[in-house]
Amino acid sequence: MADGGEVKLLGFWGSPYALRVIWALKLKQVPYDYLEEDLPNNKSSLLLQYNPVHKKVPVLVHHGKPIAESLVILEYIDETWKQSPLLPQDPSERARARFWAKFADEKCMPAMKAVFCSEGEEQQKAVLEARETLKTLESGLEGKLFFGGETINFADVATGYIGFWARIVEEITGTSLIDAESMPSLDAWSKRFLELPIIKECMPPWDKLIELNSGFLKMYLASLK
Amino acid sequence: MADEVILLDFWPSMFGMRCRIALAAKGVKYEYKDEDLRNKSELLLKMNPIHKKIPVLVHNGKPVCESLVILQYIDETWSDKCPLLPSDPYQRAQARFWVDYVDKKFYELGRKVWSTKGEEQETAKKEMIESLKLLEGELGDKPFFGGEKLGFLDVAIVPFSTWFYAYEMCGNFSLEAECPKFMAWTKRCMEIESVSKSLVDPHKVYGFVLQLKKAFGIE
Repeated sequence: MADGGEVKLLGFWGSPYALRVIWALKLKQVPYDYLEEDLPNNKSSLLLQYNPVHKKVPVLVHHGKPIAESLVILEYIDETWKQSPLLPQDPSERARARFWAKFADEKCMPAMKAVFCSEGEEQQKAVLEARETLKTLESGLEGKLFFGGETINFADVATGYIGFWARIVEEITGTSLIDAESMPSLDAWSKRFLELPIIKECMPPWDKLIELNSGFLKMYLASLK
Repeated sequence: MADEVILLDFWPSMFGMRCRIALAAKGVKYEYKDEDLRNKSELLLKMNPIHKKIPVLVHNGKPVCESLVILQYIDETWSDKCPLLPSDPYQRAQARFWVDYVDKKFYELGRKVWSTKGEEQETAKKEMIESLKLLEGELGDKPFFGGEKLGFLDVAIVPFSTWFYAYEMCGNFSLEAECPKFMAWTKRCMEIESVSKSLVDPHKVYGFVLQLKKAFGIE
């Protein structure tokens, strides 16, 4: 095993971005200390010290040196602990994996947030747009079991949160984002990914995620008035 | 078999310029194709069907999209010459973090500075200066973000400097006065051939911005 040194992760149990860092650490069997941040209102002085630019979780601290932004952290983890590599070797395949990771973050997630934060006709429009982004994400799978082919790779770990996030939004808003009929490949992939033992055992309890995000929605709607 | 490398680009694009610098730094021969973004070519639509945007690098027929993904691809494929990312994982993470910061903040601030007025523009100007000062802090006493030589972060940021004249003219302020250290770094980069031959004339960019303002009815 590669040198572990002292590894700390500042996270929040409800953050999908912290969760994907946990997935990467677990897949590579890297021991770490987890520090739970009391978000959103009570950020620790440690977090503010380690991520002064964005003041957000997750932050990985290795040998006392902080790394912020979850995709940057994923690449760091892959380069530092070489066992169970996440990124493939071939530059073209690496580019593909990075492309889909970025797409999920920059297109799918904001589109789903728009569904979450809207109502009525506006929400219906947001649902259509979100479904478009998810259909595009599905095309990245190219009919395979995972983005990595037979096994998971960087893109699966980076985008896997989209599967359960869509279901959170669906449950709270009563909309349909990923369905087996129009997105069979994506639907199957998200279920398959979330069933993997290492992935499954890290998942926060479903009812708590629903409660947390319902709470966020209430706060958000109240702030509009 | 010789490599076939094509760059689909648009001359004032900061994101395209990043790719031009990287290819030039590594001595990669490529074909430059300037796109008319109001009339996108079939090749662009075929190579980037998802975003339909430039830049796109086409290497032996296979497309790579998104400028940061392209930069890393170039660095990994032509790894023997002028490595852009450092070898230490922590320093690589820092470079990636700051490029992510620039992409999230700077482009949008720039757009607001040239296309808005009043309070929105003033806020954008203020935030732009704050961003540059933050980057100055990251640069420290080093000649380049990459240390003694041009690195990943330098290549990613320096193209934005071609838009500074346009920002200053539209926003009626001086970035040079507020961020002299940043400007000094820009001049150092311009002394490097792969940078100077890849960047466009800021006055031409300003001309382009004026055309955009006219086209969008922005006064």
